[in-house]
Amino acid sequence: MSFWEYLGNRHQQLLTDAFQHASAVFQCMVIATVLGVLIGVVSYRSGWGSSVAITSTATVLTIPSLAAIGLLIPLVGLGVAPTVITLTLYGLLPIVRNSIVGLRGVDPSLVDAAKGIGMSRITRLRKVELPLAWPPILTGIRVSTQMLMGIAAIAAYASGPGLGNEIFRGIASLGSANAINSVLAGTLGIVILALLFDAAYVLLGRLTIPRGIRV
Amino acid sequence: MSETVAATEPEPAAHATSGATIQLEDLTKIYPGTPSPAVDNVSMDIKAGETVIFVGPSGCGKSTTLKMINRLIEPSSGRIRIGDEDVTDIDPVKLRRKIGYAIQSSGLFPHMTVAENIALVPKMVGWSKSKVKDRVEEMLDLVGLDPREFHGRYPRALSGGQQQRVGVARALAADPPVLLMDEPFGAVDPITRDHLQDELIRLQHELHKTIVFVTHDFDEAIKLGDRIAVLREHSHIAQFDTPEAILTNPTDDFVSGFVGAGAALKRLNLTRVRDVEIAEFPTVTVDDPLQSIFNKLRSGPHNELLMLDRRNRPYKWLRRGDLMRARGSLARAGQLVHDTVTRDATLHDALEAVLTDSGGRVAVTGRRGEFIGVVDMQTLMNSVHELLEADRLTAIEHQHDLEELRTHQTVQELEGGAGA
Repeated sequence: MSFWEYLGNRHQQLLTDAFQHASAVFQCMVIATVLGVLIGVVSYRSGWGSSVAITSTATVLTIPSLAAIGLLIPLVGLGVAPTVITLTLYGLLPIVRNSIVGLRGVDPSLVDAAKGIGMSRITRLRKVELPLAWPPILTGIRVSTQMLMGIAAIAAYASGPGLGNEIFRGIASLGSANAINSVLAGTLGIVILALLFDAAYVLLGRLTIPRGIRV
Repeated sequence: MSETVAATEPEPAAHATSGATIQLEDLTKIYPGTPSPAVDNVSMDIKAGETVIFVGPSGCGKSTTLKMINRLIEPSSGRIRIGDEDVTDIDPVKLRRKIGYAIQSSGLFPHMTVAENIALVPKMVGWSKSKVKDRVEEMLDLVGLDPREFHGRYPRALSGGQQQRVGVARALAADPPVLLMDEPFGAVDPITRDHLQDELIRLQHELHKTIVFVTHDFDEAIKLGDRIAVLREHSHIAQFDTPEAILTNPTDDFVSGFVGAGAALKRLNLTRVRDVEIAEFPTVTVDDPLQSIFNKLRSGPHNELLMLDRRNRPYKWLRRGDLMRARGSLARAGQLVHDTVTRDATLHDALEAVLTDSGGRVAVTGRRGEFIGVVDMQTLMNSVHELLEADRLTAIEHQHDLEELRTHQTVQELEGGAGA
């Protein structure tokens, strides 16, 4: 069976997997963004706090993702839970780091001006610091998403959702007729999803970065 | 009908808040971990509607002192009073909304348009949308920017001077009684700075805010200040007085060092041509017959005449002999007047004109350019001498008063001590 025939036969299954893959990554990204920006906001003003935040999220990245999922299975069982936890943790680092870098990069004289004209801590963050730090934060989100696309494939090892199932099925049946097709379809699917997400982020940037600071 | 129109017509000058007094009492700032205070025991009374300049070398604590007024830096001890209110312990966020604040780099938020920047404080204090909108237009107008053109622009599309104007507009938007300015014109080129200073003088003339202005440029201080506080390390006040008094009677070597050379020259910037004696000068007009001009030149005590054009404006300097050399042709005779000053010009400008003029005098003109009189070297020298002498006398008198006050106080203290 040629690759194209394979796609034609299995397109239903492939689309479902692709959708689940995308949806898992998207949802984990939302959680990681909220958590990451929050960690950034809490820690950026103290040198000590932000190094702790960056080091701990960086440490997570050094754990092989397969091992992380494997270690989570006895704790939270199979399926969605270990997938979501792993993806969220892995997605944190770029967002935390870019949030801290972005918030610290806001011109101190602007923060001084914001205070000076009577903005409260919250207003300052909401109206001045976060909007100005948004471009680097968005870059962090983009990098995170690319990374999670690949890592999400591993989730199939814990019976998680997504295109990883295609890849693992192919690897498990190496030598059989459709093994290579299956791996190829899963991999290409992930690449295409990653490109689609990236395009979406470019659009999001155009819509959300204020004209005055757009490069 | 006409009454309703008059009632809805905004009268910014009428309902604008004018300045409030500021009192600093033993204000001290000690940063943790440093042995000596950054600001040590500053006390100062600033009158309502007054422009006070803090001037001093960098690192002397002048900015710190300024930032303690709106409590961007919390004082370690001491009290701050604005108007009748002790603001040392009130919510700093509320306090700052009542104090305009303009800084060196303009501090405009780059992600907001000019209008959004200006609208920030009025919105925060809860003005209605339509009132905020009107106010933005009014403020842009006030600082000399066309509202239609600049309203929707982002700060990066403005020149440094324009950004600074918007910065001042933002600081004044909610009509605060007090305006703090931290080296606002430090980062713009000298020509623009000069314009902005003139503009600020004009604004202050209309608004009568209480302005506290920090700079390290003594010339800027002289130009803008009603009073100048010369500060040395730890924000100790070396002298706090009018520009005239500081120029003519610096209290010590530190102040005179800061005033720099040429105090007499700087004094010229403080006096206008209208304050000195403007001498009369024989004139003729272009329509006078040649013979009468001849006679005037030959018979009069002057060697020289000023010829006016048909609208009474200075046209040519005519010397005895000029007519002869030009063989009687008025068109060729004499020297064109190339520089005049108005009565509002500073003596500095007048001196400049006198020095560049070959005859050592300059024609003074009125509002429509009509001739009023001349100022020459001798007049300038005399009036400068008089000014300096007068300054010296007031300074001595002032010192005398102070001494008397002090002896009075000492006597009282001694008596009080004896009573206890």
